Amino acid sequence: MSMKLSTRQVDGVTIVDCSGRITLGEGSVTMRDTVRDLLAKGNKKIILNLAEVNYIDSSGIGELVSAFTTTKNQGGELKLLHLTKKVHDLLQITKLYTVFDVKDDEAAAVKAFK
Amino acid sequence: MEQTVSYTLDSTLDTVDHAEEKATRIATELGFAEDEVMQISMAVREGAVNAVLHGNAYSPDKKVVLAFERTSEDLVITIRDQGKGIDLGNIPNPLAPENLLKTSGRGIFLMRSFMDVVEIRPSQTGTEVKLIKHVRGPSGGGKEGSQ
Repeated sequence: MSMKLSTRQVDGVTIVDCSGRITLGEGSVTMRDTVRDLLAKGNKKIILNLAEVNYIDSSGIGELVSAFTTTKNQGGELKLLHLTKKVHDLLQITKLYTVFDVKDDEAAAVKAFK
Repeated sequence: MEQTVSYTLDSTLDTVDHAEEKATRIATELGFAEDEVMQISMAVREGAVNAVLHGNAYSPDKKVVLAFERTSEDLVITIRDQGKGIDLGNIPNPLAPENLLKTSGRGIFLMRSFMDVVEIRPSQTGTEVKLIKHVRGPSGGGKEGSQ
């Protein structure tokens, strides 16, 4: 299953609902383009909802890092929401879990933006 | 699965997906647990990515050879490219603080995290990566399958 993304606004925060696989190729490019597009339009409070992401490879991890740093470098903030066990475990072993701001509750994640 | 199966694949992104699919199917047929199947397929995917991108650099003239061998104790997977050979002395540690936010460089680390043995043999005519996963014993008691 390829990567699918849709965006919605909640209290000034853009939530990107992701589903499928974030892997080398189409999935990674889709993620990159979406985040860059959001930032270009001034949406700098971003939540990536990964509840439906069932697979991620090292390129996908790289895209999450890229999304995080790109957003931060442009004065924005990016949080991750609803990690599946696979993604959670991967972020743990790559020591990225504590780098990202990871949330389990959407309302709390939205509220947590400054 | 026969004792050994081998595939010669093009240097394309499709190869990466096919390699992962074959690994998933074979590991499942061999009776590995679901989490082990995921680990094996991801390690193979990362090895295939390295072979296609960094080894063969998508060259249509270069092939990736992927082989699965079932021994009495192990599943042995070999991925060979026809690139210039990786420089083993120049692989940064992705867990080092200065590398944590890099967007690449985690493939070999993930292979080593998920497999029991990872051997990388570079040469001027390509790199061979051997990924080994021990087959659990019938009791399922731990990675080595025996005391």
